[in-house]
Amino acid sequence: MSIRIDRERCVGCGKCAEICPGNLICIDENNKAFIRNPRDCWGCAACVKECEFSAIRYFLGTDIGGNGTTMYVEKENDEVMYWYFEKPSGEKEVIIQNLKDNTTY
Amino acid sequence: MNFEVKMLKTDILIIGGGTAGCFAAITIAEKEPNVNVLIVEKANIKRSGCLAAGVNALNAYITEGETPETYLQYVKEDYENIVREDLVYTMALKLNEVTKKIEDMGLVILKDSNGKYLARGKRNIKINGENIKPILAKAVESKENIKVLNHVNIIDYIVKDNKVIGAYGFSVNSNIFYIITAKAVICTTGGAAGLYRPNNPGFSRHKMWYPPFNVGSGYAMGIRAGCEMTSYEVRFIALRCKDTLAPTGTIAQEVGAEFVNSKGEYYERKYGRPTTYNRVFSTVEEMKAGRGPCYLKTVGISKEDEQRLIKAYLHMAPSQTLKWIDSGKGPSVENVEIEGSEPYIVGGHSASGYWVDTKRQTTLKGLFAAGDVVGGCPHKYVTGCFAEAEIAANSALDYIKNKDFETLDISVVEQKLKEVQKFFKNAPSLYTTEELEEAMQKVMDTYAGGISTGYAYNSKGLKIAKEKIDQLFELSQNLRAENSYQLMQIYELIDRLYVCKVLIHHLEARKETRWRAFQEFVDYPYKDDENFLKYVNSRFENGKVHIIFRSLVKKDEVYEHKD
Repeated sequence: MSIRIDRERCVGCGKCAEICPGNLICIDENNKAFIRNPRDCWGCAACVKECEFSAIRYFLGTDIGGNGTTMYVEKENDEVMYWYFEKPSGEKEVIIQNLKDNTTY
Repeated sequence: MNFEVKMLKTDILIIGGGTAGCFAAITIAEKEPNVNVLIVEKANIKRSGCLAAGVNALNAYITEGETPETYLQYVKEDYENIVREDLVYTMALKLNEVTKKIEDMGLVILKDSNGKYLARGKRNIKINGENIKPILAKAVESKENIKVLNHVNIIDYIVKDNKVIGAYGFSVNSNIFYIITAKAVICTTGGAAGLYRPNNPGFSRHKMWYPPFNVGSGYAMGIRAGCEMTSYEVRFIALRCKDTLAPTGTIAQEVGAEFVNSKGEYYERKYGRPTTYNRVFSTVEEMKAGRGPCYLKTVGISKEDEQRLIKAYLHMAPSQTLKWIDSGKGPSVENVEIEGSEPYIVGGHSASGYWVDTKRQTTLKGLFAAGDVVGGCPHKYVTGCFAEAEIAANSALDYIKNKDFETLDISVVEQKLKEVQKFFKNAPSLYTTEELEEAMQKVMDTYAGGISTGYAYNSKGLKIAKEKIDQLFELSQNLRAENSYQLMQIYELIDRLYVCKVLIHHLEARKETRWRAFQEFVDYPYKDDENFLKYVNSRFENGKVHIIFRSLVKKDEVYEHKD
């Protein structure tokens, strides 16, 4: 369980570093985010939700059955969440969640 | 590195901006707009604590046909009567009122076509709670008299004449050391994970159910200050989805899934009453007997049910949703494998924590507590933490009336600063903090009833655990920090060692087995109502843990600290 930060997409805004509940993310001298130690990630996905540039990918470690699918999130006005899942083949799946909907998950 | 000292003053200091901490602050701000509140948080209150990823149900709610009395009855039965009835009952009385309050703040609670909350079982209602923490943080930010200090790690209380008058802490990303004085302090730091060797000790070592960043600092600060603690031996072991350690209740309650072993046999009922501890115990027993792996039987659920589960987990444990999608096998085609977690110390689920009076004041004056850090009151969940936070906040407000700030004893402060800075000055140590943490987890796992022994322990093992934990204490004093983040890691290790030390003494003191798996003392394999219908409490004095046995407190009693 951890995250990978895409240095190409990262703009160094620091929002992930600010939000991580474990203080695990820092910004380096090239203004790019990095995780101190990928083994220390809890997998809460706070940083994934915070990143506006889809620069953070969430994945399962192989020790807990990971097969290479990664996840990232896009948001619309803090109301609608688009959860993207990208398989190693490049195939993508999206789950849309409306946080304001009070009839279903 | 050298610290720059900064002094702060606030009427009420709240340590830990999680579920209980934020709610306590909001309660104070609404009731007394002239009282200054400071929340000090190790990370950022928007996503810190247990609710960082969100939650998909409020698990403590009085649904139609139920009452606070039936809630208390449930908690008593589930925890074999060793609960503080006064605490559980005063919490239960407030559950629905605090639910309304968080709904008014913007939390979406699911409703049926008649506008009634959608219940899931007797005590749970469903929510779209991915954003519950940002909602709480926004409510905190809207109050002018609440200040928030993010990324500051509190390490100890300032105690004067048996009164807590503030706390020490340091920034985890700069060189500022804080000395904070307050008229009252509320501790809401949560429980402790990472004491025992975790389920996935390798790359995914932090893929736990309980947050790995909740290291029991609130417990440790209380222990060091001489506060009375209760029921550490009532460990909490969570029955969870294998690998992701995601909660199983959502599956069990949403689609009525039951436990099966590898032969497809429903085993739960073979083991007596379906209590929380018995669910873990029965699963461990099935595995030991060679009938594992065990599962929640979900094969055959409809595609609609499957979709609902997949979305429900995004609100709370996205790793489980990813697992289903990554493997290409959703719960309708493959049963969900389950396992017991490492043992946690967490007062919101079981009973370990501060020994408080009915008003949630600890045994030190001026120090109040709420949430997972408080003992005696299991099954709090989110709303119970809110309820307890409200009670603690009101008590703290009463306490500070006509009180002035105490003056700091400068020599005490200087001594503390010296003690902390020592870790910057130590010579490079042979061992790293990480290595000592691993050693601690292995000791606890092997000798104090971890996963590897099926949670069982015996007197001989506990004695070894005690010695080895004491050795690790000594080694921890030689650690060296290059920066404040590393200093935080050293303090986290030391705090966990304090919790381990007290826990081992509690495990030794309860000479019976009352909650199988949670508290499985091989030398005393049966429940002993004659001698142990009482709380095991403790106090740390002059480097030693002293055990105190106390009589059960009943529902309508108002408990006050006397001795």
